[in-house]
Parts: sequence; structure tokens; C-alpha cells
Amino acid sequence: MRAAGPPFVFMGCVELRQALDLHALDERELLECVREAPADSIFFHTYGYFLRHRPFTTAYGNDFARWAAVELRDQVLAERLAVVDPFAFPTLDELREELVTIVQDHVHGAEAAARVPFARGFHFQQSHFVEVPLGPRAVSLREFRDGLAMVDASAIYLHMVAARARRGRAVGDFAEWLRTSLGMEALAEKIARIDAYLTTLERVRGRLLNLVDAALEENDV
Amino acid sequence: MSGIAEYRQVAPQGTVDIIERLAERVSGRRFVHVSGGRVGGGPAQVLRTAVPILNDLGIDTSWEVTGGDSAYYATVRALQTALEGTERVFTPEGVDHYLEMNRLNARKLDLGADLVVVHDVQPASLVTERAAGRWVWRCHFDCSTPQHGAWTFFRPLINQFDAAVFSLPQYARRLGVPAYILHPSIDPLSDRNRDLPPRELAAVLASLRVAQDKPLLVQVGPLTRGHDPLGVVNAYRIVKKHHDVRLVLAGAAEDDPDSREVVADLREAARGDADITVLELPADAHIQINALQRAATIVLQKSVQEGFELGAAEAMWKGKPVIGGTTSGLAQQILHDVTGYLVRSVEGAAFRIRHLLNNHEQIPRMGAAGREHARRAFLVTRHLLDYLALMVHLVP
Repeated sequence: MRAAGPPFVFMGCVELRQALDLHALDERELLECVREAPADSIFFHTYGYFLRHRPFTTAYGNDFARWAAVELRDQVLAERLAVVDPFAFPTLDELREELVTIVQDHVHGAEAAARVPFARGFHFQQSHFVEVPLGPRAVSLREFRDGLAMVDASAIYLHMVAARARRGRAVGDFAEWLRTSLGMEALAEKIARIDAYLTTLERVRGRLLNLVDAALEENDV
Repeated sequence: MSGIAEYRQVAPQGTVDIIERLAERVSGRRFVHVSGGRVGGGPAQVLRTAVPILNDLGIDTSWEVTGGDSAYYATVRALQTALEGTERVFTPEGVDHYLEMNRLNARKLDLGADLVVVHDVQPASLVTERAAGRWVWRCHFDCSTPQHGAWTFFRPLINQFDAAVFSLPQYARRLGVPAYILHPSIDPLSDRNRDLPPRELAAVLASLRVAQDKPLLVQVGPLTRGHDPLGVVNAYRIVKKHHDVRLVLAGAAEDDPDSREVVADLREAARGDADITVLELPADAHIQINALQRAATIVLQKSVQEGFELGAAEAMWKGKPVIGGTTSGLAQQILHDVTGYLVRSVEGAAFRIRHLLNNHEQIPRMGAAGREHARRAFLVTRHLLDYLALMVHLVP
């Protein structure tokens, strides 16, 4: 089966980090900073966690939860923040509202954790993606499979995670191309449902390959 | 000196391809790095590796160095120390001389480039003579709590750059230009980090008189209070009640009374215990440091002083679990409970050492996780990716 539309171009990315002049040294300041931070910063500290911790599945799903646990030693707040699945929110502003609500409820309902010194504070950042074409172009499911197996893991992040959160492509680039260019609605739907939360990019790649291999076998392509 | 192709064997799969593609995007542009010297650690250590690789990638990159007389260096040292947070006295004459010497440096150096990266304090005021191209100040130290007077003088200089780069966000100060974050890196093919064949490893350890007959605890770092070698001795003594281990403390003493006192205390401790070895090594003892880290069962980096030193990354690259202090730089390198442990006390260090020695199977598991973490996050290939991304971002 060959693509009716344009080929799929695999892109990798390098994340250039930028420090912001927003620093939280306790939970109340965290609340204020999460309210004020640019959407790109909310993205960096939630979705971006998967790019930066890609070899390992770590105990926390985002930077806010990790800071609450490791620096503030507030396990309750850490647990509440850790279960926030960024993929469950259609926009970054809705994700921000969820984080604000959790921290606000926690600050109102509990004894606040102590302040930490500046060096151990939460220092807000954002990032700029420099995108890089990785070479393989796919015009068929077989070529798509071969490209997917060999590209740098940052391509999985860019097409599966950043495409959804930063570019408003709700199903991600892979599912979108399979649906529009190859007309493979069922495979596209399965790929769009892959849960990328609290796992590693290599495991996401593995799940993608399993689904594509099954489709290749089914269609005997 | 290694070319980019040699890094394919050590970098994560696909990284060198991305480096080559980014290099294509900036080919035809000229880049200049300016530092205060070509020897020692910090910027010189990074540039010795990165500049040849960038040229190997076809990017026209040169490295210039500023210089001056003894009064110039005295002001630079005072300014650097004050920006790191220690009180220093400046005279207007000294500051004027620093600015004048760098005006002379600017006339002598070839600074015509699309991007000029100025490292640390010594060459910083070259920016007052900038012409074409974009200029970036790369700060390799923690300047979050500077002496007020030093920062009042220095901040307007930094605001003449197009951007600043810090190793961690908490090391930065409020500036009028964007502040980017690039972590430092290690060169896996250098003498300090390359693989050592067993025979070479054994010969180096023999030359240092370090036996391998017992589990070995190693801390590499300056023999100063900031790196807490005495705390490491006390942690070792707690462990020694339960495990027959050796301790090696290796590093350079600094030329101040406090550091000499620390060394004297360490020597005293070693005199009473044949299993403690204190090695005062010169800054260029890279193969010796490499051998000690490779021979270690567990590596300690129990710093209590801020700074992004890369001892933990070096040890993780050699497959060792690392027990480190909770400074920002170490917390960035060590993934707690995955590649090692972050501890806040002597007792905490002793507890974690005992835990690993009693659960020996965790040592190779943590070591392997540490090597993969270092591969992805702290090799020079990741640093090159960051630098090239910065170039593409600032000089599109």
C-alpha cells in the first residue's frame, strides 16, 4: 500500500532550554508561579519530563511532583501532582488549571511545607525545539515501519508527544498520516490510543512497532 | 584528539546523525570562542574537546584567549571570586585597567564571526568592542549570590550580549537578555574517561599503591571543606565497623590555610588506618583518576558546596553507583535510587554505603543505569547538540 498523500518525514529534535525569572521557594509561591508561567513552561515541566528522563521510568510524572517530593518533602502534594496525566487535557491552559487547583486545595487544606533555600527552589524554564529532518521518508507502511525502528528517540517524542500538546494535533503525527495518507483508520485509532504517560520513549516505540507489525501481517503487505 | 566519527561508538544511537544534520544547517558560518586560558578545567576543558570536533564537522570555529599583566589577572581573580559570592575589595583603577586591557585584547584578537561565545569573567568586557555578529556570555560558575558591588559593575556588561548561558537555572541572575541552560559534559574518549585495558589499570593502581583486595570506596575532588573529605572519612569509619573496605581520597589541595588544615587532618586519619589512602594529585592526573574511578566499588562525591563538577558523571560513565551530596549540580547528575543516592549527612552516606555492600546485586544494576544516564545526558555529544541548537536558534 502506498501513500496517496505526501510522504511521512521523520523529524528529530533538540531541546534548547531557557531559564525564566520565576522561582518558587515554597508551595504558595509555586501556586503563584504556575498561574503566571507561560504555557511553554507548563509544557516543559510536564510533557518535557518524558524527553529528559527518557531512559528510565521514574517515580514522578512531572517536575512539579518531583520537586514536592525531593525538595519540599511533601509526599501528599507530590502524590497528588504525580497522578496528573498531561495527555488527559486538551490544552495547556486546562492542564495549568488542574495543577493550580491541586496546589491551591493543598495549600488551603494542609500545613504548608517549609521554605527551601534558593538553590533548592523550583526554577521555571521553557524550551525551544530545534527540529532536524532525520533522513528516512516513508510512502508505504513498510517504509514507515523501517523508519520508525531506526530513528532517534526524540522523533517519537516530537511526533507523539509535542505534536499533540504544542501543535494541537490531537492524535499525533503518526496516526494523522496513517489515516490521511494511507487510509488506515483502524491502525490510526489504535496508535492514537497509546498511553505515553509514565513510560519511556523506547517503550512507546515498541508499542508502535507491535501495532504496525500486526497491521503488516494482517494486510500481508 | 578525536573526530566526530569516533563518538558513534559511545553516543546514543542517532545522536551523531543529528549533530551532522545540525552542522549542515550552520555550515558557512563562522564561530569564535574566547576564554581566559587554554589550560585547566571549566571552559578550557570543554573547548579542548569541542573546537576540534566542530571543525571536523566542517564548522569554521576558532578559539581565542585574552591576556594581560599581573594587575589585570589580580582584578579578574577578585571579580570572579566576588561574583561567586565572596566579599572582595575593588579599586576604580583596577577595574579601569581590566577594561582597558580587554580593549587592547579586542584589537589583537580575530573576533569577526557570526557568533562569538565569551566564556566566564576574564574576557567578558570584550563585548564593549563588539562589531557584527551575535554575542553570547557563557558562565561556567554559580553567580546566583554575587557580591552586590561586583554585580552592579558586571550586569551592564552582560546586558550588552545577545544572550547568556548558565549550567543550571539556579546559577543565573536576573538579566535583560535571555538566559539559556546548557549542562557541562565529559569527554568519553579522553584519558580521564576512556576505557583502560586491565593491564594498564593494574599498572596505574600499582603506581599509586592502591590495592584491590577489598571493596574500594573512592572520592575524587579537591581536598577542601567544600568537598567534605573529612565527612567521607567519618562515613567510612561507620561502615568499617561492619565491612572490611578501603577508602581512597584523591585530589588537589588548594593553596590556603584551610585546605592545608584539611589535608593535615586527612593525613592524620590515614596514619592510624592502613586502609585509608590520601592521594594529592596534580590537575592533569587524568589517567590516575580514571583508574581510581574504575577500580572503585562505590564512588562518593559528598560535596556540600555549590558547583557543577562532573565527578559523578565520570563515575557513572564507568558504571559505578554514586553517593553524592544534595548540591544542585550533583542532584542534576544522580538519579536518586536509580543511579545512586543523594545524601544530606555523614550518617546518610554511611547508611547508603552499607545498604549497597549488603545488597551487592544492586551495585552493577545501579552502575549500568548510571552509564546509560551519563551516555544520554552528560557526554560531550549532548553538549555539542546543545551548542549547535543554540547556534541555529541565534544565527538562523
